[in-house]
Amino acid sequence: MSTITPQKTIREIQHATVRFCGDSGDGMQLAGTQFTNTSALAGNDVATFPDYPAEIRAPRGTKAGVSGFQIHFANKDIFTPGDQLDALVAMNPAALATNLLDLTVGGVLIVNSDEFSDKDLKLAGFSTNPLDDENLRRKFQVYLVDMTRLTRLAVEEIGLGTKESDRCRNFFAVGLVYWLYDRSLEPTLRYIDDKFSKKPQVAEANRRALKAGFHYGETMEMFASQFRVSPAKLPPGRYRNIMGNEATAYGLIAAAKRSGCELFYGSYPITPASDILHELSKHKNFGVRTFQAEDEIAAITATIGASYCGAMGVTTSSGPGIALKQEAMGLAVMTELPLVIINVQRGGPSTGLPTKTEQADLLQALCGRNGECPIPIVAARSPADCFDTVQEAWRIAVRFMTPVIFLSDGYIANGSEPWRVPDASAMSPIEVQHPPGRSDGSTFLPYERNERLARPWAVPGTPGLMHRIGGLEKQDITGNVNYEAGNHQHMINTRDRKVALVADDIPLQEVTGPERGKLLVVSWGGTYGACATAVNDVRELGGDVAHCHLRYLHPFPKNLGEVLWRYEKVLVPELNLGQLRMLLRAEYLVDAVGHNKVQGRPFHVTELVEKIQQLLQ
Amino acid sequence: MSVDTALKILTPNDFASDQDVRWCPGCGDYSILAQMKKVLPTLGVPPEKTVFVSGIGCSSRFPYYMNTYGIHSIHGRAPAVATGVKSFRPDLSVWVITGDGDALSIGGNHLMHAIRRNLDINIVLFNNQIYGLTKGQYSPTSPLGKVTKSTPLGTIDNPIYPLSVAIGCEATFVARTVDTNIKHLAMVLKRAAEHRGTSFVEVYQNCIVFNDGAFDYATAKDTKTETTLELEHGKPLIFGKNRDRGVRLHGLDPEVVELGKGISEDDLLFHDERAAEPSLAYLLSRMRYPDFPEPIGVFRAVERPMYDELLNEQIAKAKAKCGEGNLQQLFESGDTWLVE
Repeated sequence: MSTITPQKTIREIQHATVRFCGDSGDGMQLAGTQFTNTSALAGNDVATFPDYPAEIRAPRGTKAGVSGFQIHFANKDIFTPGDQLDALVAMNPAALATNLLDLTVGGVLIVNSDEFSDKDLKLAGFSTNPLDDENLRRKFQVYLVDMTRLTRLAVEEIGLGTKESDRCRNFFAVGLVYWLYDRSLEPTLRYIDDKFSKKPQVAEANRRALKAGFHYGETMEMFASQFRVSPAKLPPGRYRNIMGNEATAYGLIAAAKRSGCELFYGSYPITPASDILHELSKHKNFGVRTFQAEDEIAAITATIGASYCGAMGVTTSSGPGIALKQEAMGLAVMTELPLVIINVQRGGPSTGLPTKTEQADLLQALCGRNGECPIPIVAARSPADCFDTVQEAWRIAVRFMTPVIFLSDGYIANGSEPWRVPDASAMSPIEVQHPPGRSDGSTFLPYERNERLARPWAVPGTPGLMHRIGGLEKQDITGNVNYEAGNHQHMINTRDRKVALVADDIPLQEVTGPERGKLLVVSWGGTYGACATAVNDVRELGGDVAHCHLRYLHPFPKNLGEVLWRYEKVLVPELNLGQLRMLLRAEYLVDAVGHNKVQGRPFHVTELVEKIQQLLQ
Repeated sequence: MSVDTALKILTPNDFASDQDVRWCPGCGDYSILAQMKKVLPTLGVPPEKTVFVSGIGCSSRFPYYMNTYGIHSIHGRAPAVATGVKSFRPDLSVWVITGDGDALSIGGNHLMHAIRRNLDINIVLFNNQIYGLTKGQYSPTSPLGKVTKSTPLGTIDNPIYPLSVAIGCEATFVARTVDTNIKHLAMVLKRAAEHRGTSFVEVYQNCIVFNDGAFDYATAKDTKTETTLELEHGKPLIFGKNRDRGVRLHGLDPEVVELGKGISEDDLLFHDERAAEPSLAYLLSRMRYPDFPEPIGVFRAVERPMYDELLNEQIAKAKAKCGEGNLQQLFESGDTWLVE
C-alpha cells in the first residue's frame, strides 16, 4: 500500500497492520478492540497486540502515558500482530513520537492535528512541530485531521460538555479507519447501543462521532484509495473473537464441567492476570466460586483447602505473586492434591514491567520451590490455545493427583484471535473418582497409590475415610508423619517418578516441516506465532528449517531428545536469557543456540527470519 | 451407612486418632486436646463432618491427634486454608488451631481477614507468649522486656492482645479461657462451636519448657480468684475470693472498686456480650493483670452475615436466575460468525 493513485478506488490487499495510539485516557484500547471485532466479523483472521502503560493515567500528553493497540488482519491464516504498521493513528504528539518508528515507509499516518499546540509539543519533548517536517510527508502518506474540532461539531447538538464530547474522539478515529478499510459500522453501532444503553446521550454522541469519522473519509476524498481485506479461508464452523484471558476462563469452566467438579478460584488482583478473575466472577451459575483473597498466599492456600474438599482448585497470578505462592505450592506437592496454578507472565524481576510481556518464569515454575518439588508444567501458545491448554492442566492434575502449572503471558493474555467455537456436547469427560465411604472400621490409606502413583482423593464429609494431610514428610501408603531416612528417599523418588509418568500420558512431540535436516527452531509459549511465521517464511524461500513448539515443558514429551538429535542445529528463540535452552542442553546434551530478547515486547518475525537465515548459511 | 453414623452415640474416643501425642510432658496443649474431644461428641456433628486446620507450631500438630479430617498446613495460613474449606463446603464443621506466633505474627493478615469475613469457623489460639517449636524466641504476645533466646537484653517489641486484635477486625464471637480451668475451657469451646460466624477463642496455655509459669497469676489456686474475672452475660463484673470487689466505669476507663462502703452491685459495669457496638468487649480485652483482673469467658457474641453463606447464596441465586450454566451458550456469547 505504498503507491498513491489519483482516483478513489478500493484496492484488494491480503493483509494490513493498523495501530491506534494516544493518551491512556483517549480510549485507544476500545478503538482497537472495536476494529478487531469488526474485522473478525468480516471474516478476517486477526491477531492483536494491546500495549499500554502500567500507570492508569500518567501525566496527560507525556510519552509515559501513551497507550496503543495494534491489529493485524488478513485474508489468510496469521499468527502474529505484525511487525511493521501499514497505518498509524496518532492522537497526540507523544503518541506520534513513540510509535512513528514502527510505521512502514509509504504507510498511512493519521494525526489529530488539534492536539499539536506548543504545550502539547513540549510535553512530548518536541522543540519543533514534527508535522511541519518535509521529510515526514516524503516518507509517509500524512493526513492531518482536526479530530477534536470535528468531533465537537458532530456531537454539539446533543449538549454534552467539552470533556464528554472529546471522549468521543476515539470513535471518530475508528470511523475514519473503517472507511479506509471499507468496514461496516454495524458491529460498533451495536456495541455502542449495548454499552451505553443507560446513557442515551453518550450513546448518541458516540454514534455520531463514529459516523462523522466515516463520512469524513468518504466526503473529503482525503485518502488516495480505500483498502479491502477479504475473508480468510478458515476451517468451517462458528467463530468468535477471543482474548487469551477470556479463553483461559472459558477453559476452566469447561474443565470443571468435564470433570464434574465445581470450580473454586482463589486469586489476588495482579496485572495481567486479573481479567480471568473478572470473567469467572460473571459465571456463578456454573457453580464457579471466585474468592478475591487478602493476598497471594491466601489465594493459593484457600484454594488448597477447597481442593482438599473436592473442588477444582485454581489459583492465578503473575510472576511476583507466583513467587509468594511457592511455599504453598510445595504444600500441594506434599499433600498430593490436584490444583492448577496459572502464571500470566510479565516482565520481571520484582515488579518489573507489569503491563509488558516476557517468558522468564519457566525456571521459576520448574525450580522455584524448596526441596525436590516437581510440578508438571504446560504452556499456551496463543490466545485461543489457552482454552485447550488450561483444560489439559486440570486433566493432568486429577489424573496424577498433583498441582500443575499453566503458563500464559501478557502478550497472549491480552491479545486476541478468531476462535472456532467448540461443540460442548462433544467434549470428552475428565474422569474424577472420590473413594466411597465405609463403615467396616477398616483403616483408610490416604497415600495408597494406583498404577500412575496417584493417591485417592478422599473428601471431607465421607464417613470412614477421615485422614490428616500436611506439609510434613509422609509415610507412603498410610500418610502418617514420618522422618525416617529411607522413607524420605522413597517419597522423594515417588513424587519425582509420578510427575515423570505424565510423559506416558501426553502426545509425542511433533514438528512442522522436514522430519530431519539442517535446523530446528524450538519454541514454547506465546512466541509460537512469531516462530511459526518466521520458519514458514524461510521455508517458502527454500530454507531447510523445521519448527517444534512445546506445550509440555515438564515433563518433556518422551521423544523430544530424538527429535532434537535429527537436526544439525537447534535454535531456541525466547523472551528471556535462555531458560528452555538451558534445560534442553542439560537434558539432551544438544548444542542449542538461543535468540533472546527481554524488552517487554514480542518477537518481530523479521528478526527471527534473519536469525534463521544466518544459522542456515 | 450414614444412618448408622447418625444413630451412634459419639464418645471422646471416636474423635481420637491412633497417633502418639508428641507434645512435651506437662504441656498445656494436652488439656485443650482432652476438652476438645469431650466437647465434640456433644455437638451432634460426626467426625467425618469435622475438619481441623492448623498452621505451624506446637499447637498446629493438633489435627494429627483427632480422628477427623485435617490439614496441617504451612506457617500462618490456617485461616486461609479454612476459608477455602468452609467456602466450598459450608456443611462441614471447621476448626482452626493456631498459636500466638502462627496467628499474630506470620499469619496476622489471614487472621484479620478470616475474622472480618465472618466465616462460620472456630479459631482457637493457644497463647503461650513464646515460640516453642523453634525453641524459645519471643512472640508477638510476649511482655515488653521479656528475656528470651533472641532477646538476651529483653524484648523491645510492644506486645499485642489477641482479643483486642480480633475485636478490631469486627469479630462476632470473642472469648478467653485458661488451659487448667477445664470446665471453663469446655464451656467456652462449646459456645464457640455453637456460634454462627467466626468464633475467636484465646486460651492461656502454659509452655512448660520455654515459658513455664507465664500465666501462674491466672491459674494458681490462691490467686486466680483475684487475678481473673469470670464474665457472665447480664451480670455485674464482680471478682475476688469473697466476691467483694468489682469493676465500674470511671469516665471511659474501668476502675476496680470494693463493694460495700456505699458502692453496690448496681454501680458496677454489667456485662453485655450481645452489645451491638464492640466498645465494652474492647474495654474488657484491655484489662491486664496486675492493674485489673483479667476477664475470662465470652466477651462478645453477636450475629452478622457469614461469608460462606453469602457466597453460596450468590451461586444459588445465579443458578435460579440464569439457569444452570450452559457451555455452548457461554462459548457463543457475544458476536459470532459462520465460516461455510
